Amino acid sequence: MQKLADLLISKVTVLQSIPADFVYLAVQLVFALVMLMAFVAPFAGIVSWVERRVAARMMDRVGPNRVGPQGFFQWIADGIKSILKEDIVPTAADPILFRLAPYLVFAGMFAAFVTIPFSSGLIIADLNVGIFYLIAITSIVVVGILMSGWASNNKYSLLGGMRSAAQIVSYEIPAGLAILVVVFLTGSLSIQDIIKGQGAYPWQWYIFDNPFMPIAFVSLFISSLAEGNRTPFDIPEAESELVSGYSTEYSGMRFVFFYFEEWANIYLIAAVGTALFLGGWQIPPAVKAWATGLGGAASVILPHALEFVTFFLKALVIVFVIIWIRWTLPRIRVDQLMALCWKYLTPFGFVASMGVAVWMVLFPQGVPVVRYALCGAALAVLLYFFYRVAYQVWYSRQPVHVNPFV
Amino acid sequence: MLLNMGPQHPSTHGVIRFVVKTDGEVMSAAVPDVGYLHRSIEKIAEKATYNGFMPWTDRVDYLAAMNCNVAYAMAVEKLAGIEITRRAEYLRVIAMELNRIISHLLAVGSLGMDIGAYTPFVHALREREKVNDLIEELCGQRLTYNYARVGGVIYDMTPNWDKKVIAFMDQFEPLLNEFDRLLTGNKILHKRLGAVGVVTAEEAANYNLVGPNLRGSGVKWDLRKDMPYSVYPELDFQIPVGTGEAGKLGDCFDRYMVRIHEMRESVKILRQCFERIPAGEHQVKVPKKIRPPAGDVYVRNESTRGDLGVYLVSDGSDKAYRVKFRTGSFTAMSIIEKVSRGMMVADLIAFIASLDIVAPEIDR
Repeated sequence: MQKLADLLISKVTVLQSIPADFVYLAVQLVFALVMLMAFVAPFAGIVSWVERRVAARMMDRVGPNRVGPQGFFQWIADGIKSILKEDIVPTAADPILFRLAPYLVFAGMFAAFVTIPFSSGLIIADLNVGIFYLIAITSIVVVGILMSGWASNNKYSLLGGMRSAAQIVSYEIPAGLAILVVVFLTGSLSIQDIIKGQGAYPWQWYIFDNPFMPIAFVSLFISSLAEGNRTPFDIPEAESELVSGYSTEYSGMRFVFFYFEEWANIYLIAAVGTALFLGGWQIPPAVKAWATGLGGAASVILPHALEFVTFFLKALVIVFVIIWIRWTLPRIRVDQLMALCWKYLTPFGFVASMGVAVWMVLFPQGVPVVRYALCGAALAVLLYFFYRVAYQVWYSRQPVHVNPFV
Repeated sequence: MLLNMGPQHPSTHGVIRFVVKTDGEVMSAAVPDVGYLHRSIEKIAEKATYNGFMPWTDRVDYLAAMNCNVAYAMAVEKLAGIEITRRAEYLRVIAMELNRIISHLLAVGSLGMDIGAYTPFVHALREREKVNDLIEELCGQRLTYNYARVGGVIYDMTPNWDKKVIAFMDQFEPLLNEFDRLLTGNKILHKRLGAVGVVTAEEAANYNLVGPNLRGSGVKWDLRKDMPYSVYPELDFQIPVGTGEAGKLGDCFDRYMVRIHEMRESVKILRQCFERIPAGEHQVKVPKKIRPPAGDVYVRNESTRGDLGVYLVSDGSDKAYRVKFRTGSFTAMSIIEKVSRGMMVADLIAFIASLDIVAPEIDR
């Protein structure tokens, strides 16, 4: 980022008259804005379309397929519709807090994208406390949700807000413990450093570093689902119980902000999981050397593009898994949710962090055999899983159309 | 906190209201408030002719319209002393069992949806659509069938209809197993429904629960076996009861399982019916204006929501003097207040859904 700014200063003479720090700041802000507008906003929209289509496929429905090819522009149509809708503030609501709440939720989620890398160079701010910042800034969402629940002056909203606050605050502990394990291994809080500590191949990923890492990964994944209010932990907005939870009284674009947060959060969960455990944007060194050696503009753009695609694909797999879980499982009850957090995930988190600490003392260089073994075990589980899926598809086959693009 | 659940609420499935007293998530009581869907159906019966009232019986319980049709027709026939043909009896049983399958499909599907599993609900509705198509071919309607008549049924089955139903059942049974794997075997479902909303056998009897709700509490009582009517004595089928496999006997899971098993039993009954159905007329000749002799009669029919009773009083004219429907959902509402004490709000939703309450049936 700084190099780009330096390049700008050397080319554009006007910029030389103002302090360099301001230019850096301006470049960073512009980049952040472009990133948010050009990537996160459409991505959240596209995820909503993907989710609806995937869910429809799982349910034997068709899903939105009218607007644009395969209904791809459905999210734009929905967005325009929401903006054009009347913005209703209930008479009995607290008008200031009611209006403020969606922005807090929105800001908390989008600020988190600042430290999410897209490639070795594409990152808005590689903070040295990156992952810590991420945990902290997403907590603003809780304030927004609680505020919306309280300000709506609706009992269902209040229950939803309280549930959400309790849930997010509780699940930050197992999530934090799981992240701590990665910080142990890296010795740095910066997300770029964490990714640089891993390699391109599965056995170089942190998830297979030692037997305790898969525990930490699963624990982080489950807690992220809970923090993002996704099924089976969607009790704050449990439709059949609380109508729509904290967003019951909202309409128009303010309502969309809450859903925007949810869909942006799916990517955030996936990106954090990818960066911390699944090797992030790492591509094989040979490929990177080849791409850098091409010369010209390609040598600058291609490595980053490859890294971006790698990162994005890994994240998309997790996004798909999250959607899949959402449309398969029933939701659990609020006391079971707390029991899961405090009786299972938190102890597992402690076991994982202790285990990793001991492992690092015993084997400071790591044990390659264990890495390969874990990698092989994961592959075996995956293969068995695909075998099961194939078996189920065969078992329940019936003469219906199976074309998902109908 | 006084939480007003309904009359418009996503999980009351119709216009029912509960006044819920909660302390945070834990409720101290949920008091049901009925009467939002009262349409004076029983009063209308006094103004309509006997066959003219038949379409109204569909509206008593729109998910088990066939049972209501047949129960009313049986009452009039018993009072007027009309014997119907065996083919008509079989057609009625076939129609009622198909109706039972789709009613239970909706019940288990919406139970899944109420606790957050959307996909099983849509899968259940997909199967329901197939049966709706079959029933449409039989009687021209998809929801309010108006199929039974005093003296038989309105239409005979169309050519090859039986083959279509058998083809449906052949692919329905594996799909029911798939549904089992998707929802019934789910650990979260066991956690959510097991040992929740426990109704003991004694309570169930005292509060007059009927049908799958009563059998879910372990009481083996089914009118089709215990007070047989129509051709049910000739058919071989089991009465599934709750076993308490996911927690305690009589919990929500047992009521859910009873419905799943009953669908399989219905398929069994249907297969036997198609083997045994005799040729003949589907309707006997009855006078245009039926004038049963003065007197009263009470007929019971095992509807999908249990014992559906029709009390019919005639004064000898061509209109009924009094008609009273005794329905399962109404009595099921009464137990909610007792069982719901100390439950969580989420449990109440599961409990109501497991009782399979249909709003119009409560008020009529």
